[in-house]
Amino acid sequence: MSDAGEIVELLAFRLGEERFCVDVTAVRELRSWGRPTPLPHAPAYLSGVINLRGTILPVLDLATRLGLPPLAGGDRNVIIVAEAAGQSAGLIVDAVSDIHRVERGALEAPPAMASDGQTVCISALSLIGDQMVRVLDLAALLSTTVVDAA
Amino acid sequence: MTDRRDPMSELKAGFFAECAERIEQLQDALVTFGESVGGGGTVDPEVINTAFRAIHSIKGGAGAFGLDALVRFAHGLESVFDLVRGEQADLTSWQINDLMRASDHLADLIDAARDGITAPPGGDDILGTLSAPASAIMPALEASPLTGPWTLRFRPHTALYASGNDALFPLLALRELGATEIRCDVAALPDLAALDPEEAYLGWTLTVSAERNETEIAELFDFVIGLCDLAILRKPPTTNAITDAPRTQASETSPTMRVDLERIDRLMNVVGELAIGQSILAQSLAEIGLDRQSQLAERLDTLTGLTRDLQDSVMTIRAQPVKPLFQRMGRVLRETSAALGKPARLVLEGETTEVDRTVIERLSDPLMHMIRNAVDHGLESPSARLASQKPSEGTITLAAAHRAGRLVIELHDDGRGLDRNRIRAKAEDRGLISKGDILSGTAIDELIFHPGLSTCESLSNVSGRGVGMDVVKTAISRLGGRISIASEPGWGTRFTLSLPLTLAVMDGMVVSVTGQMLVIPIAAILETAALRTLDRRAAGYDDELVRIRGAFAKLIDVSAALGIRRPGHLPDNAIAVLTASEDGSRAALIVDAVIDQRQIVVKSLRGGFGSIPGISAATILGDGQIAFICDPGELARTLPVDRNQPATVEDRKCQMPAR
Repeated sequence: MSDAGEIVELLAFRLGEERFCVDVTAVRELRSWGRPTPLPHAPAYLSGVINLRGTILPVLDLATRLGLPPLAGGDRNVIIVAEAAGQSAGLIVDAVSDIHRVERGALEAPPAMASDGQTVCISALSLIGDQMVRVLDLAALLSTTVVDAA
Repeated sequence: MTDRRDPMSELKAGFFAECAERIEQLQDALVTFGESVGGGGTVDPEVINTAFRAIHSIKGGAGAFGLDALVRFAHGLESVFDLVRGEQADLTSWQINDLMRASDHLADLIDAARDGITAPPGGDDILGTLSAPASAIMPALEASPLTGPWTLRFRPHTALYASGNDALFPLLALRELGATEIRCDVAALPDLAALDPEEAYLGWTLTVSAERNETEIAELFDFVIGLCDLAILRKPPTTNAITDAPRTQASETSPTMRVDLERIDRLMNVVGELAIGQSILAQSLAEIGLDRQSQLAERLDTLTGLTRDLQDSVMTIRAQPVKPLFQRMGRVLRETSAALGKPARLVLEGETTEVDRTVIERLSDPLMHMIRNAVDHGLESPSARLASQKPSEGTITLAAAHRAGRLVIELHDDGRGLDRNRIRAKAEDRGLISKGDILSGTAIDELIFHPGLSTCESLSNVSGRGVGMDVVKTAISRLGGRISIASEPGWGTRFTLSLPLTLAVMDGMVVSVTGQMLVIPIAAILETAALRTLDRRAAGYDDELVRIRGAFAKLIDVSAALGIRRPGHLPDNAIAVLTASEDGSRAALIVDAVIDQRQIVVKSLRGGFGSIPGISAATILGDGQIAFICDPGELARTLPVDRNQPATVEDRKCQMPAR
């Protein structure tokens, strides 16, 4: 594994009142809001698909996926296009706020908590200033959000 | 993210891609070899050399990657071929079958190495049967004499000319021996004023091809020993010259380049986008009232033409010959015929016919089924064949050709033909037809495509599980293809497949359903009609049928079937699109409006979506919107299940704020 002094860049974003981060190397681009085409027979957290320059990209309603209240932003929301575990997806967030540079050693494994939609998708915690940030485990998030074959 | 481009894995991928080509060469050579031996003719030594080279390069590459099991088997096989080179005339066709089996095993080992799984056993047995008789005749040829290519430096002394010799003689002899390159070294030549005509100034550097050994070369200089400087150096082999067999035209092909499939797909996507962008541009210009005669319109036409050309060119990049697919079928045939004790050979025609790679991928399973069926059900046992004056070995012909913009594949066996009495009896038994029905021979033959009708009495482990031809037919229909059958009792059966050349583009009808665009494949559409003009009948709990042209079709509320809104009252001005699925069942798809009919670029929904009932793929419309392509046959089947699913898209929209 990489040594503890290595700098990790994290892209911070807002979901309502909550703050999360993702590893910046997994982010392919940021897109302004575009209404996804809803997928038939899809779970509620799968908002639909968008046309990403000719590729059809699934878009996740991240707030619903993590069990948070739905976003109010409407068309002011942003879509983070991320890729992990060989899978690409768009994540709907309120706004992208910052890029934090953190030493890998400063990332702590999340404590074991009652398993809900959120904790299984958090790979690390860290303090930036006096604020706690949660790093999303994109691989876990994306690989568990396939539509079950009916 | 971690580094995705591990250079070693890229090299490995290249090696495995090359292995696939080598296996193809090897099997080609074995087939030619088998034909010459079978026909009693002599074997072109180049054929053996090709096979030998193929194995040798696989061994070389495998060694570099430390794939020991592969190296060991390839080495053993290589030794066998070395022996074959010496006593080819004595090979029987059964030994060739063993060689075929060996090449299959080699392919298995390569696959195992590629996928990182344990190598399949049995290699030693195969090599044992192959080398046992041969090794008795010829001692191992393993230690090949030291061979070149050679580099020679030859510089005659003045004494050479003085003794009446000529430098020209050894040079001419060398040319005969296969010197490929002769260079004269004039560095020592002085100015004309300083030149002594009796002095020797010139030297030569020569390259001599690989198959000569040092003594042969040195012999040529016997007469001039001591009268010249002579150096015979073994040229360090270049990386790709790892074989000591001569390379001739047999291995020459037009130059090609290996390209990552992903890159081609990306190119396809961009070109598709370009086409969409171009059509948006044309649409917008038409909307602002562009004069069709203007220069701008003319230039737009040029752009349209170029875009279409570009699209066609990209399609041809994706096109591949059916040969590897057909060769895989050769293996299926060998294994099936060995398992059933029915000797058979596969004759391939038109292997160079090209078709989109996705079609090739998806043809593999149905063809495999059909080959097995042909051997199992089609061919008689050898004794029965001899009794009916046929050669004991059956012949199965697999042919491909382009016809009228489609790929046509024919599979013919020279077996007994379909047993119509038995098919008929079975169909009556299962209630598919009734006793009194009068059916033509072809109509009876076509019954084998019906689900659950298998003609083989005893279930063999090869085919005959009753999932035969109907599965094949479904698979072919999924590809947008058709299958037909022609059988002549006593003389064999011929299946004809007709398939689209590409799955990347298709003709579709764009319809709107509750504000969402959908595409229905034109190939499935029989006609369209206004719903209110149709004769609707209630059937069952809440199914409805419509009667169109003397036949009933199931009415499908597409919006409800896809879960966009709840089933309920259909709008009065709705349109019914009448479709026929591959099993002949009809459905009337109820949509709000027909928007357009056009060629669309098919985008796969695989990867992250699972399978969506009723939806086969998606496309991007002229305005950049995504439209799903529906599969009418699937839609008809999924409807009953959906009624129990509470959440429709509209429900979800309402639910979200309430959470």
